[in-house]
Amino acid sequence: MSIADQVTGSTLPGTANPAEAKPVGAKPRAAAPAISLPAVGERELRLDLFRGLALWLIFIDHLPPSLLTWFTIRNYGFSDATEIFIFISGYTAAFVYGRAMLESGFVIATARILRRVWQIYVAHVFLFTIFLAEISYVATSFENPLYTEEMGIMDFLKQPDVTIVQALLLRFRPVNMDVLPLYIVLMLALPLILWSMKWKPDLTLGFSVLLYAATWEYDLYFSAYPNGFWAFNPLAWQLLFVFGAWCALGGARRMSRILASPVTLWISIAYIVAAFYVTLTWYVPQVPHVMPKRIEQWMYPIDKTNLDVLRFTHFLALAALTVRFLPRDWPGLKSPWLRPLILCGSHSLEIFCLGVFLAFAGHFILAEVSGGPAMHALISLSGILIMWGVAWVISWYKRVADKSGSKSKSAVGSADLAGGG
Amino acid sequence: MKAKVFLSLILLCGGLAAPLARADDVAPAAAPAVAPSAAPAAPPACELPSYLLSSESQLPKVADAVKAGKPLEILVIGSRSTTIPASEDASYPARMQAILKDKLPPSEAVHVSVELQSKKTAEEAAAGFVKLMEAKRPTLVIWQTGTVDAIRAIDPDDFRGAVTEGVVALQDAGADVVLMNLQYSPRTETMISVPPYLDNMRVVAQEHDVPLFDRFAIMRQWNDQGQFDLFSPSRGPELAKQVHDCLGRALAQFVIDAAHLGPTQQQN
Repeated sequence: MSIADQVTGSTLPGTANPAEAKPVGAKPRAAAPAISLPAVGERELRLDLFRGLALWLIFIDHLPPSLLTWFTIRNYGFSDATEIFIFISGYTAAFVYGRAMLESGFVIATARILRRVWQIYVAHVFLFTIFLAEISYVATSFENPLYTEEMGIMDFLKQPDVTIVQALLLRFRPVNMDVLPLYIVLMLALPLILWSMKWKPDLTLGFSVLLYAATWEYDLYFSAYPNGFWAFNPLAWQLLFVFGAWCALGGARRMSRILASPVTLWISIAYIVAAFYVTLTWYVPQVPHVMPKRIEQWMYPIDKTNLDVLRFTHFLALAALTVRFLPRDWPGLKSPWLRPLILCGSHSLEIFCLGVFLAFAGHFILAEVSGGPAMHALISLSGILIMWGVAWVISWYKRVADKSGSKSKSAVGSADLAGGG
Repeated sequence: MKAKVFLSLILLCGGLAAPLARADDVAPAAAPAVAPSAAPAAPPACELPSYLLSSESQLPKVADAVKAGKPLEILVIGSRSTTIPASEDASYPARMQAILKDKLPPSEAVHVSVELQSKKTAEEAAAGFVKLMEAKRPTLVIWQTGTVDAIRAIDPDDFRGAVTEGVVALQDAGADVVLMNLQYSPRTETMISVPPYLDNMRVVAQEHDVPLFDRFAIMRQWNDQGQFDLFSPSRGPELAKQVHDCLGRALAQFVIDAAHLGPTQQQN
C-alpha cells in the first residue's frame, strides 16, 4: 500500500468525502450549497480517539507535575492538548449542526446550538461550585506561615456577592476553568460561522484569519474580573475552531493534495523536530544553548492566551502527520486497546468536567495524604480509569435508553458528537 | 505499520526525556565546595543541582565593590513571602547576610536591608524605585516579585512591562540587579496560575542580562526530592525557617557565582 493510497480519502481527521463515499445522487442536497458534508451514521473514530487523548492529557496537565507529565505532548513541542480539543470541537460542531442547518434551517439549528451552550454553561457553574468548596476548605485549614502571601488568593471570599455574580457572567474564572467559557463563546458564534460557511467557506476562514490578525495587531481581548483578561482569548482561539469547521465542511478534502505532497511532510517533520529541540532547552538546561539570541527574542514569549502562531503551526504540522500516517480505516482504531480513549472522546463534555473535578480531587488527596511519586502515579492512573469507567457507563446507558426510546431520535444530531468542553 | 513506528517514536522520546531531565539531580550542591573552611557545610536538605544556582548573566558592580574592598550594600525588595511572620531573623535576607559574611573575606562589610512592598504588584512597587534608590544607594538589588500579580491575575504583558521598567530603573540608579521569582506553593497550585509570571520574568531577565534566581524551581526541587514537605499544613514556623535558611544559602551562593567571587576567581 503506497502512501498515496493511504492519503486519498483520508484528509484531516474525519473527512469522509461525500463525493466518493456516497452513491452519486443519493443526497442531491449536498450539491447545492458551497459546502459538503460527510456521510451520516458512521462515526469518525479518529476524532473520538484524539479527543479522548486530549481529555486524558488535559487531566494529567492539571495535576501537579509527575512522571506521567512527561508523556503529555506539551513537553515535546509548542502546542498542547487544548489545540487538539478546540480543533476537534470545531470540526464536530460544524459536522453536526452544519447538517442541522442544511436540513432544518438556520433558526432550528441555532436553537439546538443554544441548548448545547446552556448545557456547557451549567457544567461550568457546577465546576465553579466544586472549586468554591475546595478553596474554602483550604482557606480554613491551611495556615503554613511559609505561604501567608499566597493565601491572599482567599481574599475574594470576603465579598462573595461580587465574586459569584462575576463567575456567573464568566468574568471570574479560577485556574484550570478557562476552557469551558472559551467553548461557550465559540459555540455562541457558531450559528454565524455556519451561516457564513454555507455561503462562502473560504471567505469565512479568511475573516477568521483577519480577526486573528486584528486581535494581535490591536491587542483585543475579553476582560476578566477582578482584572486582567481571559486566559484563552476567544478572538484568537476562534481561528482553530473555525479552521476545524472549515475542514469538516469540505475544506479538508480540498486540501488533500497539499497534505499528500512530500513537501508538506518534510516541512512538518522539520518543524516538529525544531520545536522539540526548543522545548528540550526549557526542560534540560544542560542542552547547549546554540540558539541565537535574536531568534530567542523574536520567538519568546510563546503566547498561549492569544494562540501564538508558533503554536498554531505546530498543531497544523502534527495534524498533517497524523492524517498522513493514521488513515481513517486503520484497523487499530477498532482494537480494544484504544477503546478506552475512543469511549472517553465520544462523551467529551461529561468526561472533560469529570477530568477537571478529578484534578481538583487529586490535588486534594495529594495535599492531605502527601504520598510520594507512587501515590501521585496511583492518582493519575485511577483518574484515567475513572474517566474510562464513567464513559463506559454513559455509553451503556445511552444504548439502553436508545433501545427503549423506540428510535424516535435520529442519529444525526446526537449532541455528544458535537460535544466538547 | 507506519503509524506504529510513529507512535513508538513518540513513546521513545518520552522515555528518553524523563531520565535526561533527572540526570542532573544527583549532582551534589556546589555550596560546600566553594568555601570549605570558612562556612559551615550546608545542611543536606539544602542540596541543589548546580544548574539551579548558576547564571550566565553577571554582577560586575558587586565584583568591583568586593575587589576594591568597599562595603557590599544589598537591598532586598520583596513582598510578604520575603519574611516569616514574627521571625525576621530567620528569613532568607537575614540568612543570606550571615552566609555572605562567612564566605566573603573577613574584611568585607556586608549589609542587607529589606524593603517590603506588601500586597503591591510589580507595577506599584516599581513606581517607588527611583526614590528608594536615592535613599539607599545599594550595590545590589534583589527584587522578588510576581506573587501579588499572579494572585490578582494581572495581564502578563503588563506584568512584563512593569518588571522591565523596574529593572531599568534599578540599573539606571547604578545597581546590579537579581530577579527572584515566585515561591513554589503546591497547595494553591489549583488556585493561582503561576506559569505566565515565571515565563515573563525569565524573558525580562534574558533581555536585560540580569541573573534570575529561580526560587520556584528550587523549592519544587526540594519538595519533589522529599527534602521538604511543602504541602504541610503545620502552623508552626519551623518549616518556614528551614526553607528560608536554605533559600538564604542558595541565594548567597548564587550571588557569589554570578559575581565570580568564588575562591578560585579571588586568587587572581
